[in-house]
Amino acid sequence: MTMLPKPRPGAKKLGLVVDLDTCVGCHACAVNCKEWNTGGQAGILPDYDKYGANPDGVWFNRIHSYETEGEGCSRTVNVPRSCMHCEDALCVTVCPTGASYKRAEDGIVLIDTDICIGCKLCSWACPYGARELDEVEGVMRKCTLCVDRIYDEKLPPAEREPACVATCPSRARHFGDLADPQSKVSRLVAERGGVDLLAELGFRPTNKYLPPRRATIPAEPPKARTSGGFGAALLGLLDRALSR
Amino acid sequence: MASESQAKRTVAHTTCYMCACRCGIKVHLEDGRLRYIEGNRDHPVNRGVLCGKGSAGIMTAISPARLTTPLKRVGPRGSGSFESITWKEAMRIATERLAAIRATDPNRLAFYTGRDQSQSLTGHFARMFGTINFAAHGGFCSVNMAAAGLYSVGGAFWEFGEPDWDHARLFLLFGVAEDHDSNPIKLGLGKLKARGAKIISINPVRTGYSAIADEFVAITPGTDGLLVLALIHCLLEAGRIDTEFLVRYTNAHHLVIDAPGEADDGLIARDAAGCELCFDRATGSLIEAKAVGTDPALIGTFSLPDGRRCRPAFALLAERYTDPQYAPEAVASRCGLDAATIRRIAAEIAQVAFQQPVVLDQPWTDTSGRRHPVMTGRPVAIHAMRGISAHSNGFHTCRAIHVLQMLLGAIDTPGSWRYKSPYPRAIPGGPPPGRPVGAPGATLDAPPLGFPAGPENLLVDEDGEALRLDRAFSWEAPLAIHGLMHMAIARAFEAGPGKIDTLFLFMANMAWNSAMNPGETTRMLSECDEHGNYRIPFVIVADAFASETVAYADLVLPDTTYLERYDCISLLDRPIGSAHGPADAIRIPVLKPDRDVRPFQDVLIELAGRLGLPDFADARGKPLYSSYADYIVRHQRKPGIGPLAGFRGADSRAIGNGAPNPRQLEQYAQNGCFWVHELPPEQLYYKHANQAYLSGAKAMGFIEEDTQIVLQLYCETLQRFRLAAEGHGRYRPPERLRARVTAFFDPLPIWYLPLEEAMTDRARFPLHAITQRPMAMYHSWGSHNAWLRQVMPENRIYLHRDLATELGIHDEDWVWVRSRNGAVRCQARTMTGVNRDTVWTWNAIGKRAGAWALKPDAPEFRRGFLLNHVISEYLPGEGGGPPHSNSDPVTGQAAWFDVTVSIERCDAQAPAETSPRPGANPLRVRPVAEGAS
Repeated sequence: MTMLPKPRPGAKKLGLVVDLDTCVGCHACAVNCKEWNTGGQAGILPDYDKYGANPDGVWFNRIHSYETEGEGCSRTVNVPRSCMHCEDALCVTVCPTGASYKRAEDGIVLIDTDICIGCKLCSWACPYGARELDEVEGVMRKCTLCVDRIYDEKLPPAEREPACVATCPSRARHFGDLADPQSKVSRLVAERGGVDLLAELGFRPTNKYLPPRRATIPAEPPKARTSGGFGAALLGLLDRALSR
Repeated sequence: MASESQAKRTVAHTTCYMCACRCGIKVHLEDGRLRYIEGNRDHPVNRGVLCGKGSAGIMTAISPARLTTPLKRVGPRGSGSFESITWKEAMRIATERLAAIRATDPNRLAFYTGRDQSQSLTGHFARMFGTINFAAHGGFCSVNMAAAGLYSVGGAFWEFGEPDWDHARLFLLFGVAEDHDSNPIKLGLGKLKARGAKIISINPVRTGYSAIADEFVAITPGTDGLLVLALIHCLLEAGRIDTEFLVRYTNAHHLVIDAPGEADDGLIARDAAGCELCFDRATGSLIEAKAVGTDPALIGTFSLPDGRRCRPAFALLAERYTDPQYAPEAVASRCGLDAATIRRIAAEIAQVAFQQPVVLDQPWTDTSGRRHPVMTGRPVAIHAMRGISAHSNGFHTCRAIHVLQMLLGAIDTPGSWRYKSPYPRAIPGGPPPGRPVGAPGATLDAPPLGFPAGPENLLVDEDGEALRLDRAFSWEAPLAIHGLMHMAIARAFEAGPGKIDTLFLFMANMAWNSAMNPGETTRMLSECDEHGNYRIPFVIVADAFASETVAYADLVLPDTTYLERYDCISLLDRPIGSAHGPADAIRIPVLKPDRDVRPFQDVLIELAGRLGLPDFADARGKPLYSSYADYIVRHQRKPGIGPLAGFRGADSRAIGNGAPNPRQLEQYAQNGCFWVHELPPEQLYYKHANQAYLSGAKAMGFIEEDTQIVLQLYCETLQRFRLAAEGHGRYRPPERLRARVTAFFDPLPIWYLPLEEAMTDRARFPLHAITQRPMAMYHSWGSHNAWLRQVMPENRIYLHRDLATELGIHDEDWVWVRSRNGAVRCQARTMTGVNRDTVWTWNAIGKRAGAWALKPDAPEFRRGFLLNHVISEYLPGEGGGPPHSNSDPVTGQAAWFDVTVSIERCDAQAPAETSPRPGANPLRVRPVAEGAS
């Protein structure tokens, strides 16, 4: 068993807000994440059978597309899925070695791969499927919220955000401090009715999802005329003087 | 392992080429090795974002499918057996072959390139070589959009125009799945969403961009034109059109001669000076249409000085589309929609356009010298692409959309669709297609792809038959401004060695996913005559990767990847300009090739030098350029105008027009490998009639004249072709094509059933079949990429759940998809977000065993499939005559989406793998022969 940190007054809760109204399911976040992390501090995210029958590998972020049904409002929803950096992270508390931990200062859930034994208890515990086994090193891997970018003072401040957020082409991903009610992400969640995924399980995920919306234009269709030809409306318009 | 702090880290800026978007990238290197690629935040195309393809560039740069050395075929064509040769030998073979062709009949070289973005170079090579047989990817992609746009509004969807993402309140997206283009549309959709604008997607399939649309209109493929004409019907019926926009900016008030049977029937009436006429209601007289301060009539019948009748173009339009045949109630079932939906969408368009105009507090001056205190716009933006383009009625459908925009006043006005500078250009957009001048060995008098303004510009012989191999610019496809690449191999095979000696392909997978009917195409490439000679004598393929087509080459010229070479995204071709201003870009090599490959453009320039082509060699035959980089800087198409518009002149400060600057590439590199000229706010809209914009564009060398570009509601050019078909003029179509030209060259948009659909037994093949590419692979020739293939290594045929229930088909069942042309065995998946009568799949996932360095058991070979196998490049023959190509009759656009099919479950014994599965032909390369030099 590994302990979660005691809540600290004023501590940050860094996380992602994903706008399902805007996500087109393009996989940019997933691929850029893999690209950033496989060459960075997180170490290699292995690929298996790269050019063979079962191409697969470790990803910190995967995209799922669902069709939702409903009277007159069925739609396709793309849902990117990565670590939610839960407040009550079961993946941490089940860890037998202390490799899985949650940072007190910003709430990021990380894995110390030096002491991870790859037992997979955490991946069984995580209801979001956010943890994957690195079959090469025999350790678990997961989203780090690009901890090696967001605190990198060599980067210009605007670039200190997770790779998935920086690259998102439809700007459907937002990063910030969800403990601060005035932060951009908190305001988005408040304005748009952001939700937890699988809230009923009670792990209190930090990441939030903004539900799809539906813009409408109120307009009264004019009644169809019964015959063709120039009707009064068009003739009236054409009768008006013009100025070329 | 060296720690990160010890590694030498550098960041290079260049331009992505994982697809056609041309995004700016920052390439991070560690000790010279690729570490990370990210979007460049300063770049005008992508503003820092980068898609899945761009982010996977690292895996493309190290792909095992990269070619490593020049190859000469040693086994039979298609076998994949090659020997490795030196570049010296490769260049000798190519030079000798091409020199012999040029000395006898340059047209026996057919040069076709894929999604290449150096057409200003490749086209110039063809022109200087003297062959008319040149084209690129556009003919099977988007020529309908380009031609309809350039002949109607002097710009076009995608390459030469974009929605006003910052001000649109209603966005209509026609036939765009996850494509054309990638990051700019996604950025734009994000902006629309953030402002709460409404997005309506008109598409048979609800994936990608359609998934986030506020309304999804599951239209039946090929009927978009009918829907648009019904929307026009509703707007006319309700009198909700912008008549002032029409008379100021379009030819709506121009008088059309009404003299059936006469040689100028249907043409615009002109005065003695050649100026178009209109009827001024204020004075009751015929006057020059461009006169200012008049009150032009839009309806009525008037008499010309010679007593003949004429009518305003608008009157013809209104008469046609107010007819009940265009009423929503008349078209709805054919479109797969209900009439109330069409009427509601029309009402929403009218509501936004006329009740919620966007007014920008920005004065401007029009080409008539009038000062306007504000810029007023109709915030209805439209974008349309492949789903319109890939039908044989696509040209007219796209024109219908442009007519809708004109009626709304939604062309380059705030909130609507805007030109990307350097567009708009004079209509129709450029000189006619080039013709050979003088004896063999001479050049063409203009670029091989051009813009016919009438029958006299066609490339036809005395009998009116095609001169070009692919029959572009003939009566079979008069406005084929991008050529008919999908016909190149079939026509070369048909015509035989007398017509074509060498087929030179660059970056085009013409033996597989870019071929209609790949089985037949590969047969044509490998079939011999009775003497054992190949019917297509010689095939040169230049590519970076071991695609399916490489196996059919006699000579392979291995290209670099995009990170290993210079490129030029030029204003002479398809630049990266936007509505905010003209822009262009370069690529620079950030990696050194680790194998014996050369950038294709370097090779082409060397070849041109060796052949002594004008503009590439001096009068004594000495090559003028040492490399593509050298050419980019020093080549001048005309004095002061070169491939790049930025940093010109001795002081590097000239824009567009200026002397070559030896430090130009260096300055581009320092500027992130792009150049952009931000237009002042006064020039941002109404570019077709904005004097400040047009004068600036002329000064920069983008356009010849700074006069108003009058939008062509009525397309007189089309009428010129129709008159020829009716027997007028010196240049007339052959008898067998007269009815066809008469029918399809209507100066106002028409809708007709897609040609193949109309000729197919719909009882046997009741379903439409279309394809799209997944976002992570759109416009990519790297779908074998180790990361991207984890996203999608195999595809399915998708069908509506109700249809599946009716046919007893379940998810993952193996099914046969059959058309009149063939059958494909594949697996099914059901969904609800699809038109009930349509099946669809992801394109270019299925691969031929042996290709792309994938292992023999790769899912791309076993379960991935191409729909191409059921699509034919020919239509059924009619009345015993030779069959037409499967193309739009106006532009020659490949009609990929016209096919109709049936679908049924395979019997239980059917093998669980796709069919057809042509045999594996992996590259087998013998090392360099002993003693070769």
